[in-house]
Amino acid sequence: MNTVLLLFYAFGFLAVMAAAYIVFTRNVLYAAFGLLVTLLCLAAIFVLLFADFVALTQLMVYVGGVLVLILFGIMLSNRVADRAIQSESVNLFSGALVAGVLSSWLIYFILEENNFLELPAPEFDNTAVPAKSSITALGIRLITNFALPFEVTSLILLIALMGAAYISTPDKHD
Amino acid sequence: MIEIPLTHILVLGAILFCLGLLAVITKRHAIVVLMGIELVFNAANLNLVAFNRYQPDLMGGQVFTLFVMVIAAAETAVALALVLKVYQYFKTVNLDQIRQSTED
Repeated sequence: MNTVLLLFYAFGFLAVMAAAYIVFTRNVLYAAFGLLVTLLCLAAIFVLLFADFVALTQLMVYVGGVLVLILFGIMLSNRVADRAIQSESVNLFSGALVAGVLSSWLIYFILEENNFLELPAPEFDNTAVPAKSSITALGIRLITNFALPFEVTSLILLIALMGAAYISTPDKHD
Repeated sequence: MIEIPLTHILVLGAILFCLGLLAVITKRHAIVVLMGIELVFNAANLNLVAFNRYQPDLMGGQVFTLFVMVIAAAETAVALALVLKVYQYFKTVNLDQIRQSTED
């Protein structure tokens, strides 16, 4: 058992536990902090998979942006001073049935019937750790092979910015 | 380079996906439903990064992970603006209560 594999299992276990905590806790603020732990563990797993820029982006966009937005949403949409913010669970039986059947089916197909995973072997040599960061290759691909999705993404960000600002503007007429 | 087995990463992604799905199905607080959607996005990101090892030169998996993150951030911003507007109107973010008050 080597260190990288051990770290992967540790972070994966922590991520699954925190995700389960999101599902089973009743306090919405605690659920947000469970999401924080899950996102941090996934950033660590991205580092272990040699995706350093993706891990940094995960930290900046998810932990620094999305999670802060969610905390703002919780604080602004509840009367915080009164009581702990609760969210009761409904459909617990059918939800557990659907998720359990789907997860066991997926895990069975991944572990047993994994003929579809017989892809060509990875191209890098298995002995050397890639020395340089993935930022350069990522940047070159973003403006050559993936230039059109890159530009469309900027358009989507602009539309989302305008839409969110328009929706949350208070109505002047009343 | 020490290699993490691909199937183990996929199993982790599958478990995270199903937990996110469970949160979306069972929770009735609108923001917790959004958190479940974020979990599903992250499971998809994990699979994309895992399959990136088959295209180390093209970097397709990592590039699309970045796109998924951008879409998720935009989606969260718009969805939280909607949640705040709904809260101002109905004084609740419980999805069942909102549905009942719209059916009246």
